[in-house]
Amino acid sequence: MPIEIFLAWRFLRDGRLQTGLIVVGASVGIAVMVFLSALMAGLSTSLVRQTLGTQAHVVVRPAEQVARALRPRPGDTLVVAAVERAPRRLRSIVDWPARQLEVASMPGVTAVAPSVVGAAFALRGTTRRSVTLLGVDARSFGRIYAVEAHLRSGRFGVSATGAVLGVALAADLGVRVGDRIRLQAAQREPETLRVEGLFDLGNRDVNERWVLVAMRTGQTLLDLVGGASRLDVAVSEVFEAERTARRIADRTGLDAESWMARNGQLLVALSSQSASSMLIQFFVIVAVALGIASVLAVSVVQRGRQIGILRAMGAPRGRVVGVFLLQGVIVGLASSVTGSLLGAGLALAFSRQVENPDGSPTFPVELGPWLFVRAVTVATAVGWTAAVAPARRAARLDPVEAIRNE
Amino acid sequence: MSEPAVLEVEGVTKRFGAGASEAQVLRGVDLRVEAGEFVALVGPSGSGKSTLLHVLGLLQTPSEGTVRLSGLDAGALDDAGRARLRRERLGFVFQFHHLIPSLTAEENVRIPLALASGSMRATLRPRALESLRAVGLEAKADASARTLSGGEQQRVAVARALVAQPGLVFADEPTGNLDTENADQVFRLFRRMHAERNTAFVIVTHDVALAARCDRVVTLVDGRVTSDLRTPSGAA
Ligand SMILES: Nc1ncnc2c1ncn2[C@@H]1O[C@H](COP(=O)(O)OP(=O)(O)OP(=O)(O)O)[C@@H](O)[C@H]1O
Ligand SMILES: [Mg+2]
Repeated sequence: MPIEIFLAWRFLRDGRLQTGLIVVGASVGIAVMVFLSALMAGLSTSLVRQTLGTQAHVVVRPAEQVARALRPRPGDTLVVAAVERAPRRLRSIVDWPARQLEVASMPGVTAVAPSVVGAAFALRGTTRRSVTLLGVDARSFGRIYAVEAHLRSGRFGVSATGAVLGVALAADLGVRVGDRIRLQAAQREPETLRVEGLFDLGNRDVNERWVLVAMRTGQTLLDLVGGASRLDVAVSEVFEAERTARRIADRTGLDAESWMARNGQLLVALSSQSASSMLIQFFVIVAVALGIASVLAVSVVQRGRQIGILRAMGAPRGRVVGVFLLQGVIVGLASSVTGSLLGAGLALAFSRQVENPDGSPTFPVELGPWLFVRAVTVATAVGWTAAVAPARRAARLDPVEAIRNE
Repeated sequence: MSEPAVLEVEGVTKRFGAGASEAQVLRGVDLRVEAGEFVALVGPSGSGKSTLLHVLGLLQTPSEGTVRLSGLDAGALDDAGRARLRRERLGFVFQFHHLIPSLTAEENVRIPLALASGSMRATLRPRALESLRAVGLEAKADASARTLSGGEQQRVAVARALVAQPGLVFADEPTGNLDTENADQVFRLFRRMHAERNTAFVIVTHDVALAARCDRVVTLVDGRVTSDLRTPSGAA
C-alpha cells in the first residue's frame, strides 16, 4: 500500500471523533444534493409526462392563410377598408396522405396520426355540452395518445357509429358505455352515436371536452370529407420536438408547433426551479468543503510533530501533501456513499409521505444511477479541493519548528 | 586521506532574525567526522548544539559555510535532494521520541524503509522486527505506540533511526527524558550499532558521564568549537 494511503487512513482512524463528525456533516450535505436532484428530476419528468399525456409532441396544421390586399389598378377608385381576419374555417391539409408519409420519414419522428378536429355540441336529452370533436384513426392516434391505457370502461376502437369520450363529459351527460349521444357540428343535422368507451387522460379539460370518433364520421360531421385538419407527430426525444417542428415546417411549408412552444411557461418554470436548486446545492457543497478543510487544518496543527519527524526522516514534501489530500478524498468518498444512501432514503420516504388523492406521489422522485455517479464525483472533488490548503500548509511546515524540544 | 569524511563542515554560521533582533547562534564551526566515529557534542545551554545538529542533519541551511556529507555538498541540493539524503544516509533520535501514536511500534519502525520504497509493504516487516529485536522490544512489535512506556518509546525511536542502516546518526539529548537505567540501555544500543555496523554517531548530551563514554568530545560555547578531545576510552 502506498505510504500516503497508509498514513492518511491511520490518521483518519486515529481522529475517530473528528473524522466521524465531518463524515456525518458532509454526508448530510451530499444527501441534500441527492435529495434535491432526485426531486427536481422527478418533478420535471412527471410534469413533462403529464403535459405530453394529452398533447402531441408536434402538431402540424395547414399554413395560415394570409389576407392579401388587391393591388389597385390605375384609374380604380381606392376603397380603404380594415382587413379583417376571416373567422377560422376548418381547412384540410392539402394532399395530407403524402404529407403524412413525408413527415413520418423524417429523422426522430416515431409516429404520425392524421385527424379532423373541430368544435361540436354533444346532446343528450336536454343537456347540451360544447366539445372538441376528433375524427381519428384509432390505430395511429393510439400511438400518440395512450387512450387504450387510460380507458375506464369499454374499448377504444371507434367504429363508424361509435364515440369514445372523457369520463367527465360522460358524467356531465349522464351516459355510460352502450348509451347513445347525439353530436352536432358545422350547422348540420345531429348524428346519433353509441358510446363505446370512456377514458381518463388525467387532464380535466380533455376529460370534459374530447369526443373521439372514427375519421370518416368526423369528416362528415365537420364537413371536411376526405380531409385531415391536422397531423399529430410523436418524436423519440421529447426535448428535440422544437427542432423537429422547425424542420417539418421548412420541409412541408405547413404550420408545425411543438409542445415546447405551446408550454413555454412550464419550461421556464422548470428551468428556473432547477437553477435555484443548483444554487442551493452549490452553497451546501461550499459548506461541506469548508467543514472538511477546517477539520484537516486542525489535524495538521495537531500532527505538527509527526509531520516534522516524517520530514526529518526524509519524507519529501509531495508525500506529505499526498497524505492530507488523500484524507480529503477518503472523507469525500465515504460521505458520498453514506450521503447518497441517506439522500435516496429521504427522497423515497418524502415521496411516499405526501400523496395525491389517487395514491400517486405528489412529489415523484427520480433516482437514476447518474445521480450517484455525480454524488461520488462531486464529493471526491470537494474532499480533494478542501484538502489542498491544509496539505500545503503541512508540506510547508518547518521540521525544526515541529521537533524543537519543548 | 583517500575516502571523504562522512561529515565535513567548514565555516558554518547561523543567524536568526534580522536587524536589531538578529541573533548569531553559530559563529564559524569547522568539524570533520570520519566514518565510524562516535562523537559527543557538549556545551552550555543555548550554546547552539541543537542548531548545529539541525544544520549538520540538513534540517536547516547554514547562513554561511558548507556542509558536505560523504563529499556531497548539501548546499547544492534543493529541498527534495536534501530529503533524499536524509532518507538514505541519516538517522535521527530526538529528546522526545516523536513516534506516530496511531501506528504500532513495528509500523513506526517500518516508516523509514517505506519512505525509501514508497510503499508500506509487508515484506519490510521482518527488517523492522529485526531492528526492534536489537532494542529488545520485539515482543511489543504490535502494540500501539501510545501504549508503550517512555523508555520503550525512546527505544522504538532508536530502532526507527537505525533500521535503514544509515552511515551517520544524529541524536539530540536522546536520553534527556529517561531515567538512568533506560538512558544507559539506549546508550549501550548506540555503542552496539557502532560496533556492529561501524555507524558514525553525533550525540548531543548534557550528561558528563555519557559524554565520557564516547570516543571524542566536541565542546561548543557561544557558537564556537572551543575544544575537541579524544577521550581515554576513545583513544584506547
Ligand atoms: N528559530 C530561531 N529563532 C531565533 N532564535 C533561535 C532559533 N532557534 C534557536 N535560536 C536561539 O539559538 C540559541 C541556541 O539554541 P540551541 O537550541 O541551538 O541551543 P542548545 O545548545 O541546543 O541549548 P540546550 O542545551 O538548552 O538545548 C538560543 O539562544 C535560541 O534561542
Ligand atoms: Mg538543544
